[in-house]
Amino acid sequence: MTAAAPTANALTAGKLPRSAPWLILIASLAVMLGVFWLLDMAGITEDFNWIGAIVLGAVLYVIVNYVLALLVEGRRQGTDRLVTSLVSAAFVVAVIPLVWLIVTVLESGLLTFLNGTFLTNSMRNVVGEGGGALHAIVGTVLITLLAGVISVPIGIMTAIYLVEYGRGRLAQAITFLVDVMTGIPSIVAGLAVLAFFVLVVGEGYRSGFAGSIALSILMIPVVVRSTEEILKLVPNELREASYALGVPKWLTIVRIVLPTSLAGITTGIMLSISRVIGETAPLLIVAGFTTSMNYDPFSERMMSLPVFVYNSYVAPGVQSEFYFERAWAGALTLILIVAVLNLVARIVSHYFSPKLDR
Amino acid sequence: MTTAPARIRGKQRPADRIFSGSAMFAGSSILVILAAVAIFLIAQSLPGLVASPDDLKGDAANFWVYVGPLVFGTIWSAALALIIALPISIGIALFISHYAPRRLAQGLGYSIDLLAAVPSVVFGLWGGRVLAPAIQPFYDWLVTNLGWIPLFAPPVSGTGRTILTVAIVLAVMILPIITALCREIFLQTPRLHEEAALALGATRWELIRMAVLPFGRSGIVSASMLGLGRALGETMAVAMVLSPATIISFVLTSSQNPSTIASNIALNYPEAHGIGVNVLIATGLVLFVITFLVNAIARWVVSRRADFSGAN
Repeated sequence: MTAAAPTANALTAGKLPRSAPWLILIASLAVMLGVFWLLDMAGITEDFNWIGAIVLGAVLYVIVNYVLALLVEGRRQGTDRLVTSLVSAAFVVAVIPLVWLIVTVLESGLLTFLNGTFLTNSMRNVVGEGGGALHAIVGTVLITLLAGVISVPIGIMTAIYLVEYGRGRLAQAITFLVDVMTGIPSIVAGLAVLAFFVLVVGEGYRSGFAGSIALSILMIPVVVRSTEEILKLVPNELREASYALGVPKWLTIVRIVLPTSLAGITTGIMLSISRVIGETAPLLIVAGFTTSMNYDPFSERMMSLPVFVYNSYVAPGVQSEFYFERAWAGALTLILIVAVLNLVARIVSHYFSPKLDR
Repeated sequence: MTTAPARIRGKQRPADRIFSGSAMFAGSSILVILAAVAIFLIAQSLPGLVASPDDLKGDAANFWVYVGPLVFGTIWSAALALIIALPISIGIALFISHYAPRRLAQGLGYSIDLLAAVPSVVFGLWGGRVLAPAIQPFYDWLVTNLGWIPLFAPPVSGTGRTILTVAIVLAVMILPIITALCREIFLQTPRLHEEAALALGATRWELIRMAVLPFGRSGIVSASMLGLGRALGETMAVAMVLSPATIISFVLTSSQNPSTIASNIALNYPEAHGIGVNVLIATGLVLFVITFLVNAIARWVVSRRADFSGAN
């Protein structure tokens, strides 16, 4: 900085321009895409490896960015830039599998999903082409509904007990045990229900209802936790105003606390359902698998979508490509159901939650 | 005459009693459910624990020899997944809490939460059909060039269904949980600490190193423990990706991989009968104990530093 640049701003002297990181990023991606394109053209790699190009481009960006900043701005700023690019890279790294997975599922499953028989037929007497997952969709809906019927009342009442009534030993024990329950592996829940039915009914018992109980074990703690959080958000002034008007405690809870937090509770329930609807392991163990329709959850084996996907994957017949296609279509159906549930949950919480003064 | 005034007591209505009674009943049912889970698991696994060698798959001398490699595989795959997922999760959490523009941050958070919404069986399908074949050439390269490192000892797996692939899939699955918890903790860093660091001339990285990370340390530990617990119990992704064997081996890229408890149950259950089912239930009990210990440690870490951590 000598007389050569008398107009230089003292605050920006010795710094890279603000657009520098972006320019470096674009340049390094372009370089790597070019290299891989050349490799592809030269016939060294089989097809265009875009994941490899992006990953190596990002690595190049991190190095160039660090070295440039180190030379121009010094060690401390250089480290700062290095960490900034690493942190951003971490985010990109996490998005790659998400995009890859969704693209693959759409690519491999959409045709089968829309072929007309997938959503209308069961797999009864089907070998190879054709057939569908209607029996599995019906099973999933019935099993999950039953699980909801069991776990939503228990979950909400437990949360009410913990927030409104619970004092002392019992409440502490319940809080601790809900934590323990959150950590139960899904397959252990399945085994526990199996153990119960083996003792009570006898070996070889399988039914959709047993699956619902196993799912409830996984679902109750989620419902309790989310409802508890929401109930704690209800301002105490509302309760006190109600008591001051002479309203009994139970009516205060039913008419004041619950309506105020209804949107949040609904969101929590939706999210807990989307959590258990994709559970495979417990259903594999206690609900079994079948190729036929079954509308009665209390007797006989009952198929569900996750088990359908798993079974088509591990036990494809002679014409395995059709089984894999159906597995992908089943996966697509599952993702769609979960996405819709999540979307509804977000909409409910966005439009119906009370506007607290924040 | 006593001078103390009589305590004013609220009127007890029957409906109040009924409502609080049913709330307490629901709460107590959690106790009952967990007790039932424990009792039935133990009752049904007792015959498995003392099973004779004839009833065990393979040539295990007793139950503990049978379950040993499975315990090793469970812990090894979960630990690998955690090693992969933890730095990335902390990076994403920092990106969302301190780097991304405020407007974008929430949307980016949702997109990571989307990963949590994908069912595990879909991850298994993707890992087995897409990721494993795609990553196999990379393993080939690793074993050819870095085969002298014991972790990549030859021969290489021809299918890519190795424990490293499993760990990558598991890492993707536990990433959203760890990220969500870390993000919450980083966002709770006291504003004054951050501003003090900035006022002393800290760069953004120095701000994070001096204010955010020390504040969130116990939170990070408990978040990773919860992620570890999830990875330990994951069944489908492992069962659908791994090509299992009954060995204890640290090699990441071979075709001989230690299996995990959960996937072993899922794979062997359809053919199991009689005492074989009891053996599988007993391995499930072992898994329950392991995950319980991991979760208990996580809670203990949080409660020990509850006063000045943001985790609760």
